[in-house]
Amino acid sequence: MTDWIDIGALADVPSRGARCLTTPLGKIAIFRTADDRVFAIDDRCPHRGGPLSEGIVHGAQVTCPLHNWVFSLETGEAQGADAGAVRTYPLRLHDNRILIDAQTLRARSAA
Amino acid sequence: MAEKLVVIGAGMASGRMLEHLFETAPGRFDVTLFGAEPRGNYNRIMLSPVLAGEKQYRDIVTHNEDWYAAHEVHCRFGRTVTKIDRQAKTVFADGVETPYDRLVIATGSAPFIPPIAGKDLHGVRAFRDLDDVEAMVAVARRPGASAVVIGGGLLGLEAAAALRGRGMEVVVLHLAPHLMERQLDPAAGYLLRRTLESRGITVHCKAQTKAIVGNGRVEAVALEDGTVYPADLVVMAAGIRPETRLATDAGIEVARGIVVDDFMVTSDPDILALGECVEHGQTVYGLVAPLYDMARVAAKTLVGESVPFMPVQTATQLKVTGVSLYSVGDFADAEDREEIVLRDAAAGIYKRVVLKQDRVLGAVLYGDTTDGAWLFDLLKRGVDIGAMRDTLIYGQNHTQGTTADPLAAVANLPAEAEICGCNGVCKSTITSAIAGKGLTTLDDVRAHTKASASCGSCTGLVEKLLMATLGDRYNPSAIQPICGCTELGHDEVRRMIVAQDLKSIPAVMQELGWKTSCGCAKCRPALNYYLVATWPGEYEDDGQSRFINERVHANIQKDGTYSVVPRMFGGLTNAAELRAIADVADKFNIPTVKVTGGQRIDLLGVRKEDLPAVWADLNRAGMMSGAAYAKGLRTVKTCVGSDWCRFGTQDSTGLGVRIEKFMWGSWTPAKLKLAVSGCPRNCAEATCKDIGVICVDSGYEIHFGGAAGLEIRGTEVLCHAASEDETVEIIAALTQLYREQGWYLERIYKWMKRVGTDSIKAQVVQDKDRRRQLYERFVHSQTFAQVDPWEERVNGKDAHEFAAMADVQLMQAAE
Repeated sequence: MTDWIDIGALADVPSRGARCLTTPLGKIAIFRTADDRVFAIDDRCPHRGGPLSEGIVHGAQVTCPLHNWVFSLETGEAQGADAGAVRTYPLRLHDNRILIDAQTLRARSAA
Repeated sequence: MAEKLVVIGAGMASGRMLEHLFETAPGRFDVTLFGAEPRGNYNRIMLSPVLAGEKQYRDIVTHNEDWYAAHEVHCRFGRTVTKIDRQAKTVFADGVETPYDRLVIATGSAPFIPPIAGKDLHGVRAFRDLDDVEAMVAVARRPGASAVVIGGGLLGLEAAAALRGRGMEVVVLHLAPHLMERQLDPAAGYLLRRTLESRGITVHCKAQTKAIVGNGRVEAVALEDGTVYPADLVVMAAGIRPETRLATDAGIEVARGIVVDDFMVTSDPDILALGECVEHGQTVYGLVAPLYDMARVAAKTLVGESVPFMPVQTATQLKVTGVSLYSVGDFADAEDREEIVLRDAAAGIYKRVVLKQDRVLGAVLYGDTTDGAWLFDLLKRGVDIGAMRDTLIYGQNHTQGTTADPLAAVANLPAEAEICGCNGVCKSTITSAIAGKGLTTLDDVRAHTKASASCGSCTGLVEKLLMATLGDRYNPSAIQPICGCTELGHDEVRRMIVAQDLKSIPAVMQELGWKTSCGCAKCRPALNYYLVATWPGEYEDDGQSRFINERVHANIQKDGTYSVVPRMFGGLTNAAELRAIADVADKFNIPTVKVTGGQRIDLLGVRKEDLPAVWADLNRAGMMSGAAYAKGLRTVKTCVGSDWCRFGTQDSTGLGVRIEKFMWGSWTPAKLKLAVSGCPRNCAEATCKDIGVICVDSGYEIHFGGAAGLEIRGTEVLCHAASEDETVEIIAALTQLYREQGWYLERIYKWMKRVGTDSIKAQVVQDKDRRRQLYERFVHSQTFAQVDPWEERVNGKDAHEFAAMADVQLMQAAE
């Protein structure tokens, strides 16, 4: 069974922008693309810990504000010549509400 | 648990070894890296261009702090290891003990200093590291200074050419009868000597140095034949010796160098050695290519793989701008050898190929080195050149019946021909990377293959390969597109925005055929600025296309906190403001308060969620954002001027305040820093600012195009203005022209270089109507720009930026 937690409205996240979610796992960045898809990834660049939620969002990618690493919001993989990845978390959009999978959060915080 | 790997020496060989190691076995080793120099790894081969002033130190850094941090290397730079205890398996540096499981000695080499009198005088330097370069540059700056270089080999000549280029009188002393006798035959040595002499360098061969003369400091060099050369600097470039002392003391087998087997293991199985300090098969190596091979081998050995080191021949090139010289293999005369020679004295060309039984044994090329790679390839493959013997010396094109097209020569190279000797990169590696990874620029090729990334002497070859592989798609002089999302450059985009009346980012992307749906982090901030600057009052700023600093109006710091800098017009403040700043620092527990270089106060370490409250308090005391984060007007620095200073000629403080009050809030292509000095003593340092004013008795001297950051440049004088009003009008017009023409992130000094100072002066100084129009456009733009962004956010704008969306822990508890 999955249980989904309502974390807010789609409108709470700016288009081509992000907000943060405070969790037991640390900060998770919630992104909204220009075409209103939502993604969740760790808010911490594996390079030097930059807050990815503060980067520029383009397509389904974000550029880290500290040293310009680019990550796919879909896979969490670093793009281009850089190598690395951030964790992604399943999100669902239902009636313009954003839901996050609590089980994944719990599983990962227990791990 | 990770094995403890200690590496002694942070040179090119050990740096490359660590790269291999982290690639193949990330996390396997806990690495501690000792380096005698107080800095990390850099490309030592490129010290010559640094000495010549063609490159700067930062251009040649190969591993920076970020790299070491990312791989969790414990850096011990500036620490000299003094002892290895093999029984206890530890090393000692400055009395501190570091244990190891595996140890790598990469201590490199030490300059050979001939035992002559005066060798310890001040002003006698080797040419091995950045400290040497900096010391040499310091002497070269003294007017009329002269240098004597002892040693006419590769290193000595590069030093000599560089110092001569810096204006010194230079003498090269060389023991052998001709220069670079290990790499050149006498004929090529002669041509090289002629080239150097034509540049004003004195070459003295068969020179027996008797003594270096001086009283504390070097003054001259005396030769056995009675010649005396005056010298403020003596460069010792008489050769290098493997640095083996640590190994010898530890009882490891040492001959000329530290003896290693095919796997870079020393006589102690837990200790490896590589680089210039080792001896392998009775040979000691000094060129970088075999050292890189050793690095690869050592990395394999450390992870338990057995790949033997197989030394290959390496070609030599001299890194002196304007001198083409290539030598490879064995070119000594011998009975069973033949040679083919081509000379063109007028053109300064000399080519000599040494053959043995129709196979290439060695080659020396001077003046025209196009065929170096080809001959080297014939040599390495042992090709029977019998059939092309008659035309061999004319080069590959001639031999293969093609036209004299240098591109064809490169295209005709076999796939396995070596292009980059330093990194051992062959032609097919480069061409397949170009094709397979879609590379289009030299930088791409460097990033993906390392070709031309070390000494750079194969850059021409790599560019030709790009041309041969990409055809018309490669054009190095072509307009650089803004980014990968478009083919258009900054100028075209700016022109189209005006010509096609484009007033939003989606409109620009649609009409100009952007290749991505929503741009990238490079083009979006640029487009946003161009639209802000072109359509004041009409274009609605797009916060999501601004970098975080400009979105939240504070500077992001490395730990994700922010710094806050309130504006202090002209650097003036008062007790009330200072009290408010002090109260804010107390109230919000701000850890660091610092005075900036722009004459104001920086509050560092503010948490993002506290920003609006901090600003509210500062606003209440009458302060607004200092825009210390903006690609826009930053500060106007001033001195105290005629109000207080006994030298002041005008009211520089008042003028600075007036300019800052007039110009704050304006967005510009890159940051814009101004200063006003009250007299030519220039206490406000106006002559290294983007725009500076020097007050003089007769009025105001307006300067522009200075820089004191990554690059250091003095300003150029724009013009003289008689009154404050005229000064303000000219500065605003200049700024407006820059706002309209500058490329995003291009500072004034770069813009000035690109468009030419004459064109700027014509529009801002000579054409008074044009100046007035520019000024009026600036004034118009300011009517929309002068809104304090802090106040807006205190009143609720962009509140989402400063608060988390939700807290999952609380929500779970509520369930």
